[in-house]
Amino acid sequence: MHIPDGYLSPTTCAAFYAGSTPFWYVALQRVKRVLHTKLVPLISLFSAFCFLIMMFNLPLPGGTTGHAVGIGLATVVLGPWAAMLAVSVALIIQALFFGDGGITAIGANCFNMAIVGSLVAYVFYRAIAGRSPIISFRRVVAAGLAGYAAINVSALFAAIEFGVQPLLYKDASGAPLYCPYPLSVSIPAMMIGHLTIAGMAELIVSAGLVAFLQWSDPSLLKTTALKATAGNAVTLEGPSRPHKARSLQPIWIGLCVLMILTPLGILATGTAWGEWMASDFSNPAVREQIADSSLHQAAPAQAPQGLEQMSQVWTAPFSRYAPPYIRSAGFGYLLSAMFGAGLVMLACFLVARLMRGFVVERAREPAT
Amino acid sequence: MTGHHHRRGRGGFIEHTIDGLHAAMDRALYADRSASGRGALQQLDPRVKVAGLGALILASAMAARLWVVAVVLLAAMILAAFSYLSIWMIATRVWFATATFSAAFAVPALFLTPGNIIYTIPGLLWTITSQGLTSAGFLLLRSETAATLALVLVFTTPWMHILKALRLFRVPVVFVVILGMTCRYILLLLENAHEMFESRKSRTVGPTSSGEQRRIAIASTGALLSRTFQLSNEVYLAMQSRGFRGEVYILDDFRMRTLDWLAAIGFTGLTAGLVWMGR
Repeated sequence: MHIPDGYLSPTTCAAFYAGSTPFWYVALQRVKRVLHTKLVPLISLFSAFCFLIMMFNLPLPGGTTGHAVGIGLATVVLGPWAAMLAVSVALIIQALFFGDGGITAIGANCFNMAIVGSLVAYVFYRAIAGRSPIISFRRVVAAGLAGYAAINVSALFAAIEFGVQPLLYKDASGAPLYCPYPLSVSIPAMMIGHLTIAGMAELIVSAGLVAFLQWSDPSLLKTTALKATAGNAVTLEGPSRPHKARSLQPIWIGLCVLMILTPLGILATGTAWGEWMASDFSNPAVREQIADSSLHQAAPAQAPQGLEQMSQVWTAPFSRYAPPYIRSAGFGYLLSAMFGAGLVMLACFLVARLMRGFVVERAREPAT
Repeated sequence: MTGHHHRRGRGGFIEHTIDGLHAAMDRALYADRSASGRGALQQLDPRVKVAGLGALILASAMAARLWVVAVVLLAAMILAAFSYLSIWMIATRVWFATATFSAAFAVPALFLTPGNIIYTIPGLLWTITSQGLTSAGFLLLRSETAATLALVLVFTTPWMHILKALRLFRVPVVFVVILGMTCRYILLLLENAHEMFESRKSRTVGPTSSGEQRRIAIASTGALLSRTFQLSNEVYLAMQSRGFRGEVYILDDFRMRTLDWLAAIGFTGLTAGLVWMGR
């Protein structure tokens, strides 16, 4: 999963450096605020520990060995923001000094493993562990599954990054300049290894170490278990301070970066596999593209009947990502992204309002 | 992250881990020694080296012609030779490892990339395309080139100088300090882990089952984690006792001399030429 140099194009690498920077910045600010002077030694030591975890060979059921990345454990012990920093630092040092992972790909590797991985692990851990006591077995299971999910989502991101390279970057003869495998190859190739070996290594390390900490030093598990039903232990964040509402700033920044990057879609030639329109089946140029991307299986001569009928049911307001009156495709993409993101946010807002009303009503019931 | 069979039977995983830890320590020690050598690159300002070698990596990544990537690799080898790094050492430490990994990744591309068929393997009917060959060549050569340049940088510049030079790219001071401290503690923890596994190995008699081995590995890692936190607290107290109040300063005491300026111009010219030729 440590992507080496030469597998991703410089443009992709630059995009991931740009995408990771706001997360690093916000993580640094948040962690600094919480840990004050303790930040430097704690993150340094934990990064060193993550680095070492990546070197331990773990015997797995079935006679193979694998090694974990430590995302699950780092997230459970440090919380997602500090874990993001610790894992990133470990990955940067691996790339710079030990040649594991490319220097141009540091941004992408940190984005996949440290940023996406920590956030996924955190969501899974909190969702599964709930309010169970610090030393409950449920937390062991939660940590294991969080690690497993994190490593697999990270691998999926890496596979998608690999898979888009041959679509975007080819030389004059059509030879891919970077990773040569399309998504149809890269996703199964990456995921088979991660759903089994690497995922299992991460699961065992995360679950095993959380179990070990429950037995040896449960106070270290307090950071991500603020609402746990167990007693009061000292946390990494210091004596229990009122928990402020979480800032959504990094998510907004990330959303903006993604929106600005949407015109990248224009670079791709042809239509995404499986996203053909009924009219595409009668267009010889598109037919050739479909055959090329479908292992040289020719598309049916006529559009399938069901597709023909269903395509009449709904006409999108921004067909092909640009309203008809916009001339520039890039601007059309940007506008579509803003409109789409706006709609999704509106929907989330409405659902949240409805849910809140529902929860408040439920809470009042027993009192009356 | 790929798993592989361990053939050494009982205790194999402990030995394997010890070997890995040993190799990492060895690499760090070698880097330390060679960085204080008297070669050409060792004399240069770290900022010039970081920017110059980084630019060459970028040039190899941007090149759309195979021979341009090969020229960058050649340049890296010439720089290594002038810095008294042995080519044999580079071959054993970088090329073999990178080649095995990249070849495993690149070989299927020979057959899977659609294009003009140049060879059919008799009996198997698998076809190699010229596009597949070019693509596999790019993968292999680019990863070798970048790995060689990174090694040349690390083996001619002390770690702390590389990190300080990162300030050139506006990396925040706190981040540079964290990177520096992490490097230092990696060595300490490597030694700790090494000793732990050695002593564990010396106490392990008879065959152990896979489940037992897993428990040993987890318990050792857990012990290391506890030690890490303990150490973190001790380091924190030590830092506080010396007046650390959360702000970090580093001495930006690099000075550019005529030689450094000349090298900077050389790197710029070389990179610009390679980028232009590789379009």
